[in-house]
Amino acid sequence: MADILLEGRDLKKYYPITKGLLQRTVGWVRAVDGISFTIERGKTLSLVGESGAGKTTTAKAVLLQEKPTSGTILFEGEDLSHFSSHRLKTEYRPRLGSVQQNPWSSMNPRMKVRDVVAEPLVVNIKQTKQQLRSRVAELLEEVGLDPEQSENYPHEFSGGQRQRIAVARAMALNPSLVVLDEPVSALDVSIRAQIMNLLKDLQEQHNLSYLVIAHNLATVRYMSHTVAIMYLGQIVEYGEAEQLFKNPLHPYTKALISASMLTLPEDEEKGVEKIILTGEMPSPMNPPSGCRFHTRCDEARPKCSQEEPLLRDVGGGHLVACNKV
Amino acid sequence: MSKVLLQVEDLRSYFFTRKGVVKAVDGVSFHVNEGETFGLIGESACGKTVTALSIIRLLPEPAGQVVDGKIILDGVNLLELDKKEMRHYRGRVISMILQDPMTSLNPVYTVGDQIAEAVKLYQGLRDEKVTEEVISALRLLKIPSPEVVMRNYPFQLSGGMRQRVVGAIAMSCHPRLLIADEPTTALDATIQAQYIALFKDIQEKTNVSILFITHDFGVVANMCHRVAVMYAGRILETATTREIFKDPKHPYTSALMQSVPRLDQKGGRLYSITGQPPSLRGLPAGCRFAPRCPVVKPVCLEQEPPEVKIGEGHFVSCWRVK
Repeated sequence: MADILLEGRDLKKYYPITKGLLQRTVGWVRAVDGISFTIERGKTLSLVGESGAGKTTTAKAVLLQEKPTSGTILFEGEDLSHFSSHRLKTEYRPRLGSVQQNPWSSMNPRMKVRDVVAEPLVVNIKQTKQQLRSRVAELLEEVGLDPEQSENYPHEFSGGQRQRIAVARAMALNPSLVVLDEPVSALDVSIRAQIMNLLKDLQEQHNLSYLVIAHNLATVRYMSHTVAIMYLGQIVEYGEAEQLFKNPLHPYTKALISASMLTLPEDEEKGVEKIILTGEMPSPMNPPSGCRFHTRCDEARPKCSQEEPLLRDVGGGHLVACNKV
Repeated sequence: MSKVLLQVEDLRSYFFTRKGVVKAVDGVSFHVNEGETFGLIGESACGKTVTALSIIRLLPEPAGQVVDGKIILDGVNLLELDKKEMRHYRGRVISMILQDPMTSLNPVYTVGDQIAEAVKLYQGLRDEKVTEEVISALRLLKIPSPEVVMRNYPFQLSGGMRQRVVGAIAMSCHPRLLIADEPTTALDATIQAQYIALFKDIQEKTNVSILFITHDFGVVANMCHRVAVMYAGRILETATTREIFKDPKHPYTSALMQSVPRLDQKGGRLYSITGQPPSLRGLPAGCRFAPRCPVVKPVCLEQEPPEVKIGEGHFVSCWRVK
């Protein structure tokens, strides 16, 4: 039996569209529309999709930055909606960490690195200055920075180093789950590998769970154990990473993989062609009927515009939502 | 043998700041053939964009200056032209696409007006002729229902469409050289694939030469015929795309390639290059990559390696390569 840390069940997040003086609700943006997922202890779940797919909204729901419209989040088997605000503050939030995409905007430029990293500790734990200082030094060392630099300000560091500082801050309270929102996409290629390796090492040492949000499939394949491919607020394919990348079943997953694949000139001569999707992602205010992907799918059949495909298990925990599969 | 359109020789562009001279581009040479896509790949601050701005002569003067070198386009050294003559080249002969369409389009003019501005200025057309040209530029970029889109404002369009509009402005006056500075970086993966396919198609139709600036080897593989790898203001290796993937010779090229996770390979531990690129204010003596190089030799720390030809169109600057 898998050791499940966090589970999302049928999560929905709708944002109202209001109009006029009375702010009447005239419609809904269905940012996340009924998704379920599980994050195992010590493992990584990645949410993949293009902008507007609902990845970040899902992560915000997990971080309690957004209250889901409906659906439940279970943490170690307990429904978060049954937690009192005091319990959330003392038993849930400290066990989460978060790393944002852009290390230039995620830190207060007027705080010293020491204070940036210490902030979660100061807020949550009563301790002496001496204890605080040694914990910060320990954290900085763990992410590969020199503790001597803790008196410096964020602007004195490079992008990769700042992302290390952000990781140190996320690790400060010994969390069980860290939400990584595009952790490497703002970094240079040669620095990305350093940060990804660091994250993997930390995961092994501390048995951490990661919820990764990414749009780069190669990064995802490297980082994750389980992958959820999202399109317009829904999960279209879900499964164990290796299996999903070896045997993608949903036409959208296939197109994404094809778009991210390295095609060399000789591949092109061999006749390897990229799948190029037509059109763009429709608006989540007014999603297409039936399968949401049918407007861009080259395998679409008449049935697809009417019938909404459900996520079905095709074996070994590999779930696909497609009428053809 | 195809004809050379653009020849850059020993280009040096420096920034003179209060804290000292920043040697952003420090001796760069390459050429772009007619109808060819030439990739310039490197990490941030390696001098890719400054090279591009030097060619189109839009460096932020007076701080940024081309201090040495030649930029020969079709037999004319662009660096010897005065401002007025250069204006004749910009738009008509050379045009440029920037990374972020949200900042390169004016939010208060319609898309059609913005394309028309270039058409009027550079082709001297009027009235219906302008509209015709605008629509044909939008068609070239495969924008659906151009008659409608030309009346839209940038905020009404998606990111991919906006970047196509920027492309339409750049292509509206039928340039011979298009400089594309990371045009796909801000786009989603499937839209990126669309955009690249589109530009391959446009190149076939118009035979435009493209100088493609990117940090993504995937884009290079897909789009470019030849490629140069830049590091700290210099080109370390130039080769055909095929050659550079099959047989990268410079340690930086191969390290960079190994540090990118591949979709078709299982995740193990990634190779990572230690340290960071040097500051352009105080460059190390000898080879610029030496402080981070896994196979560094004593000579690398003392003398800058010369560029060596090791095959047809394959040049490397490294003491290990003979």
